[in-house]
Amino acid sequence: MKVYGSVLKLRLSMGMQYRAAALAGVATQFFWGFITIMVFEAFYEYAVQTPPISLREIISYIWLQQAFLVFITMWFRDNELFELITSGNIAYELCRPCELYGFWYAKLLAQRLSSAILRCFPILFVSFLLPKPYNMTLPPSLTTFLLFLSALLLGLFLLVAISMFLYISVFITMSPAGSLLVFSILGEFFAGLIIPVPLMPTWLQKIANVLPFRWTADFPFRVYSGHIPQNEAMIGILIQLGYLLVLVLLGRFALNRVIRKVVVQGG
Amino acid sequence: MRLYYKYLLILFKSQMQYRTSFWLLSVGQFFIPLTIFAGLYLLFERFGQIKGWQFFEVALCFAIIHMAFSLSECFARGFDQFSSLVIKGEFDRLLVRPRSTFVQVLGSKFEFIKFGRLLQSIIVLVWALSNLPIEWTSIKAITLMLMIVSGVLIFTGIYMLAATMCFWTVQGLEVANIFTDGGREMAQYPLNIYQKWVARFFTYVIPFGTVNYLPLMYILGKTQGNGIIYLLTPIAGGLFILPCFLFWQFGVRHYRSTGS
Amino acid sequence: MIQLEGISKSYKIAKRSTGLRQAAKSLFYREHTIIDALKDISFSIKPGEIVGYIGPNGAGKSTTIKIMSGILVPDTGSCTIMGYTPWKDRIQYVKNIGVVFGQRSQLWWDVPVMDSFELLKDIYKVPLQEYKATIDLLIETLELQEIVQSPVRQLSLGQRMRSEIAASLIHNPKILFLDEPTIGLDAVSKIAVRQFIKTINKEKGVTVILTTHDMNDIESLADRVILIGKGSLLYDGHLEKLRKRFGTHKTITADYGKNTIPIQIPGTSILSWSPERVILSFDPDQTKTSEVITHLSDQVKLLDVTVESQPIEDIIVQLYKEYKI
Repeated sequence: MKVYGSVLKLRLSMGMQYRAAALAGVATQFFWGFITIMVFEAFYEYAVQTPPISLREIISYIWLQQAFLVFITMWFRDNELFELITSGNIAYELCRPCELYGFWYAKLLAQRLSSAILRCFPILFVSFLLPKPYNMTLPPSLTTFLLFLSALLLGLFLLVAISMFLYISVFITMSPAGSLLVFSILGEFFAGLIIPVPLMPTWLQKIANVLPFRWTADFPFRVYSGHIPQNEAMIGILIQLGYLLVLVLLGRFALNRVIRKVVVQGG
Repeated sequence: MRLYYKYLLILFKSQMQYRTSFWLLSVGQFFIPLTIFAGLYLLFERFGQIKGWQFFEVALCFAIIHMAFSLSECFARGFDQFSSLVIKGEFDRLLVRPRSTFVQVLGSKFEFIKFGRLLQSIIVLVWALSNLPIEWTSIKAITLMLMIVSGVLIFTGIYMLAATMCFWTVQGLEVANIFTDGGREMAQYPLNIYQKWVARFFTYVIPFGTVNYLPLMYILGKTQGNGIIYLLTPIAGGLFILPCFLFWQFGVRHYRSTGS
Repeated sequence: MIQLEGISKSYKIAKRSTGLRQAAKSLFYREHTIIDALKDISFSIKPGEIVGYIGPNGAGKSTTIKIMSGILVPDTGSCTIMGYTPWKDRIQYVKNIGVVFGQRSQLWWDVPVMDSFELLKDIYKVPLQEYKATIDLLIETLELQEIVQSPVRQLSLGQRMRSEIAASLIHNPKILFLDEPTIGLDAVSKIAVRQFIKTINKEKGVTVILTTHDMNDIESLADRVILIGKGSLLYDGHLEKLRKRFGTHKTITADYGKNTIPIQIPGTSILSWSPERVILSFDPDQTKTSEVITHLSDQVKLLDVTVESQPIEDIIVQLYKEYKI
């Protein structure tokens, strides 16, 4: 556990080195959020029937999405790891006295956490101060907020577990391009990053509900605004836990398999 | 021009060295904006229209902007990635060659994989046009061409501005993404769906409005009056690149007096 | 051919500070330090010369090269090279020079070397006929036959440097600037590169200005050295003169059959001693070399003797000390 802690610490201080980049990122995301909200605003203005999610809820959905972008996007990746795998230098990693899955998981988690910490607070802070109707609103109750926090964290854990498969697949394909493509296109679409899941047609929503992606982003953001009521949120968190357990076990199994192959082949 | 073509050739050869990843990335470039387009389609399926614009009208706008964006990303990538050229000191190399820095930077990088994105936008364009009841005239056809050209010039201009900033600082250049990626994201809808201040900024400061709004209205027959004026708006927008070019020249001069 | 007069150049460098508060402060104003990179540098170089431009790191070597190749504009002073002012008539001027930056590449990484050459041909607008003649000669003299069809990324450092030099000569420049051309090369490649520089200097009369940290480069190539330190010109003249001024000592290394009695020869000092080998240092103006050897052969059974002048590295170190740089 201590190893993981120091990995996180190192990452944080490295992240601090790139303050300017982080600030620029924040500005970009802000602009992005604004544009998206305005588009939805325009759509909602002339909506014929009442949409299944209110504009208010959409707005907090979008700000949360911008603030925690690095928690939820697939393209946020570690090129070092890719290189390690494709160049065969993986042998060095195997010499480390800890289990590879846990070590990489911690590394990836730390990367996302450290960039998110730098970015989420300024975005959240400003988004609360914005003039109506663009401002972010508080969650309806403290319980909702606590549920949101746990859902968000579990979502992050889940996402890192999903992204581990990306790295595992590189062992087989030897090029990250293909897997990255599938993961980022399908993953981001079904996580509700392009349009919120409730606005999708019913048949797509059914698909989204079966896949794990939606539980990393769409679910916690809607818990926040109260669009998903508390009792449903509790069930959702259980589903998240289930997914997490299954994916971590599967990932671990798969990683050990591919590594054994590498070792047998002599690297 | 011949030199530019040679640059193109050599970089194409380079990228062909990694054929598998080239094709995969091209396919990716095809699908990424496709999901965005799918999102747009789904929103129209639910809401029917956006401030009076119909789906195919917005699709046309989407196609034009994405086409301009992919073309400029393909051909002006050298400016987009300019900071790495400066950091590695490679820019000195360009200065000891008897050609203009503009052509050389332009020729330093091409992203052929962006053709995937281009293809996607062409398909959307054809689909949108075949579903829109437009009475075609030659002026309208020229206007459409000019919209794309002007869009390329605007995106390239923004890349150049960002590249010029590298002569002073290489930190925080990601802000330029607001105007390139952000500009693309914003301009895929007609400009008048946004708040006044956004529309104004993107008409008078960075003239996306002269590409995706005024001439679009004309092509779709939503205007009265002389078509020539609407033909001229994208040309005016394309002029945006001129001050960018001057700023670039200024930056090069600054670099040569400080060498930073 | 090359004329520099009173060239000065200073940089403004923003003080980088650490810590959050300092970083926040630097958002609003920055403290600057002014560094004089070059102070009043003047020299002239005749056609066909090979000049070694030396000095410690940060002395201003690169800045001078950059000014002479038209990349940088100096603050004051004038520079005329072949009738041009480099920074004013950049495009016209650079057609006449070749530049090799030892630590950077001008070849395209993923394509065969030949493709890079062809592109450079177009950049410099070299006529086809002329290009063919030049490239054949370059390939032959630099022994590039086997590597011109391989991508640059597969070449060894030595092969790459030879290709780099060829690339900078495609347009038949009159002047060649070499910024650390032998950095990181193995001994064989170093010799090949030096040999080639000599050849093009002799046969084509190309004027060569090279900066280096390897004194062997200077020793084997340059008759004339210009020494620069902290932005000022310290020495300009023949290598031999420099050697005479400082390098008065010679060393003798002698191997002999086992002998445990320490050697004593008047007029010499012992640098190192073992039962099989001794290294002596002496001043040839006061003690003759032959005398030392005679003394030696009297005292031990000599197997091998080598006499060396003081290596130039030592002279440079002495020079640096003298000028306190």
